Amino acid sequence: MAILNLSINKKKYSVDVDPSTPLLWVIRDTIGLKGTKFGCGEGFCGCCTVHINGEAAFSCSTAVKDAVNKEITTLEGMQEKPLRKIIDAWLEQEVSQCGYCQPGQIMSAASLLLKNPKPTDDQIETAMTGNLCRCGTYTRIKKAIHKVIAEGGIK
Amino acid sequence: MQEHESAILHCTGEAVFINDMPVSENLLIGHVIYSKHAHAKILEIDFSDAVKLKGVHSILSYKEIPGINQMGPIIHDELCMVENEVTSIGQAILLIAADSKEIAIEAEKLIEIKYEPLEAILSIESAIEKYNLLAPKRKIERGNLQKGFEDSAHIIEGTLKTGAQEHWYLETQICLCIPGEGNEIKAYSSTQHPSETQAIIAEVLGISSKDVEVEVKRIGGAFGGKETEANHIAAWCALLCNATKRPVKIHLFRDDDQIITGKRHRFLSKYKVGFNDEGIINAYSVELNSDAGSATDLSMAILERAMLHADNSYFIPNIKIIGRAYKTNMPSNVAMRGFGGPQAIAVIETAIDKIARYLKMDSAEIRYKNFYKIENNNISPYGQCIENNRLFILFDKLIKSSDYIKRREEINEFNKSNEFYKKGMAITPVKFGISFTTSFLNQAGALVNIYKDGTVLVNHGGTEMGQGLNTKILKITSKELGIKLVKIKVNATNTSKIPNTSATAASSGSDLNGMAVKNAIETIKSRLSEFVVDEFRKKYEGICSKKHNIKFENNFVYDIKIPERKISFNELISNAYLNQISLSSTGYYKTPNIGFDREKGQGKPFHYFAYGMAVSEVIVDTLTGYNKILRTDILHDAGDTLNKGIDKGQVIGGFIQGTGWVTTEDIKWDSDGHLLNHSPDTYKIPTIQDIPEDFRIELLEGYPNENTIRKSKAVGEPPLMLAFSVWLAIKDAISAVGNHEFEPDFSLPATNEVILLSIEKIRKLQKEPA
Ligand code: FES
Ligand code: FES
Repeated sequence: MAILNLSINKKKYSVDVDPSTPLLWVIRDTIGLKGTKFGCGEGFCGCCTVHINGEAAFSCSTAVKDAVNKEITTLEGMQEKPLRKIIDAWLEQEVSQCGYCQPGQIMSAASLLLKNPKPTDDQIETAMTGNLCRCGTYTRIKKAIHKVIAEGGIK
Repeated sequence: MQEHESAILHCTGEAVFINDMPVSENLLIGHVIYSKHAHAKILEIDFSDAVKLKGVHSILSYKEIPGINQMGPIIHDELCMVENEVTSIGQAILLIAADSKEIAIEAEKLIEIKYEPLEAILSIESAIEKYNLLAPKRKIERGNLQKGFEDSAHIIEGTLKTGAQEHWYLETQICLCIPGEGNEIKAYSSTQHPSETQAIIAEVLGISSKDVEVEVKRIGGAFGGKETEANHIAAWCALLCNATKRPVKIHLFRDDDQIITGKRHRFLSKYKVGFNDEGIINAYSVELNSDAGSATDLSMAILERAMLHADNSYFIPNIKIIGRAYKTNMPSNVAMRGFGGPQAIAVIETAIDKIARYLKMDSAEIRYKNFYKIENNNISPYGQCIENNRLFILFDKLIKSSDYIKRREEINEFNKSNEFYKKGMAITPVKFGISFTTSFLNQAGALVNIYKDGTVLVNHGGTEMGQGLNTKILKITSKELGIKLVKIKVNATNTSKIPNTSATAASSGSDLNGMAVKNAIETIKSRLSEFVVDEFRKKYEGICSKKHNIKFENNFVYDIKIPERKISFNELISNAYLNQISLSSTGYYKTPNIGFDREKGQGKPFHYFAYGMAVSEVIVDTLTGYNKILRTDILHDAGDTLNKGIDKGQVIGGFIQGTGWVTTEDIKWDSDGHLLNHSPDTYKIPTIQDIPEDFRIELLEGYPNENTIRKSKAVGEPPLMLAFSVWLAIKDAISAVGNHEFEPDFSLPATNEVILLSIEKIRKLQKEPA
């Protein structure tokens, strides 16, 4: 165990955990932000996607110690504009079905759009390919991303 | 547009799935120790060291089950926990409750289980060879098959293997149990069938259903995989909760989920089809053999649905359908979207595809010629009349809107001028029967409460798993009561509110529960209308208002004949309360006029049929087998849709899930029955890169359904089978390698490997002297 300092959604947290604990467990269980989901725990589904310094990362396969002194953003930190535009586009395009994968989808889309405000279809597909959706909402995910692009992005 | 009622919660992270529920400090984590052998005697189990580990609170074997050691849903042939012999990998041997998952895993390492492996049946072929039937074979037949074949100018025979499919819901199986007073227990379970989960928990604990409450708020995807499998996790969780008298949660790891739970049934089917020079089918015989796995579960119902879909959309005068489910030492296979329908439809679609190649005609033409007709030739092999046939209208519209004929020519041109890339295209229909084929299951209940402030809480027996059921229920309630959506809430599904429900399955969730809700509302409306007539009589002079003229619309209740007589919904509710009018009612619905005689294989098993059709075009790299869907056009029949956005979403999602099954989702086991692709990196479900480049989905408009909730149709499962258009388009592209002169070898899924082998064989045949 060790005391680690984390910054999540611009708030400071000090947690006493084993440094090798997956960041996902710390976010969900220690801190109690439940928007980030567990889907596979092995880095293959994208449900647990968060941003670490703006980069999309699978929190299930990131040790909490590797996120220390970095800015972590979770879905809960996406509620203000301009980031909120993604959520709004998701609602408008009626993307969500069971909803379980959507937090991760939204985080991956946000990371893409922060880095590349006008991605092509191919770039969208490449960026989003690690986020599985068994309900098959991919067509609408693409449409929602295009919608955000058309409305000037999230920068 | 009315988006999914939980969409905003999903997208802000506020939606509470079971794993997100706040839990008390003394929560224990449940862990399942399961069999690693497909078939073995258990010689010894030693957990004496494990139980001493700090943080371990309980380790249970079957001996500690207070009630019945059973969890088979229909036939009681599935032990809750293994006794002396394991009959498949994944069966629970021990259950651990510990302070954390890590401690439970440490404890597992200290447990020793000695097995004596026994001979195992691991493939459907060996089950057939040993004739290891699960239950007597089933049969449906009509006409004179022998004569049918004698009268046929041509006969084709074949065998088709269709593979298993993993559900891969993103939320793995989960249950949280909380102990109550005395025997009471409450289970939050990710189950499609709360009433059955309740009954099974009661049975294993040896208590009665009244003491077990099961609640389901929302499920993170199910697709049939939580229809019976969820009961297992819930039963194990309840046993640990009961033993420790503390809250316990079991949330399976992804690998464990894939290893323990059953899949879509693999089928090995044999068929023979007789037809004339025109391609019209005169005789068809098919043997559907399924791998049920180690227990009955729903295998017989799945086999039955397969048999009832052996005809897909085609009228076949002389037909014999045999169904056999075989017992193997695989984890018991379970329901999955389509429920046997896809496995049988794959066979008849293959037969049609072969007829076309044999006669050198376009398969679209063969399909069209064999469709059920409107006036005559419209009786299914099991005797149900195909009413309100939408096949011709779908076909005509789709052939035009997809530009089928022109694109077919373009594809032929492309294939002539390209050696290594080949394109293919296919149009395939689906006709899917809606209702549980076990007729008594077609019932549902609801409880509607109107509160004094005019807001409404709806309870029903269906579960929300992403299909948008609750959104549809909201709309039904809003329309029936004439009030705004914001005033209505759908409650979590709870067995203490609605008893004895059926699974949310067979695509029937909205049909059944929607009607039950409507009926509950009718009862309240009838009371309110009577009351309002009385109020109007006191208030207005002249002729009395009539009860049947009272309308609920736009937040008002009024007399349609004398519209100035009106009162706001809210005011009416508060007046009604003061006048001691009950503002709460249950509702009940059963599907009328259906029934199926299993022995005779005859009857009317379905309330109606849902139809759909799809055209897909693919490109195949003949050197690697890599393929891509270039374009898909779908026209689907959802009756008068209850929610266009949701129904189209179901069509897209079902189709994509189907494309996974027919292309990349190849489940492999080793020679001992161990699942080889139990992790997501080796089992490939569709990603965003696998959807059609050009994807056009429309719902058939202007064709209301009769006798269903707001004239709608069920839409959950049928679109999955539209993925056969992709599967057969790939086959068409392979066939182009040999200028459509050779029948390609083909199976399902059509993985790159299957495609390459098939192409290789055609190339070899091309080189052989005729
Ligand atoms: S839970 Fe992290 S990638 Fe699946
Ligand atoms: S919405 Fe259900 S998995 Fe994506």
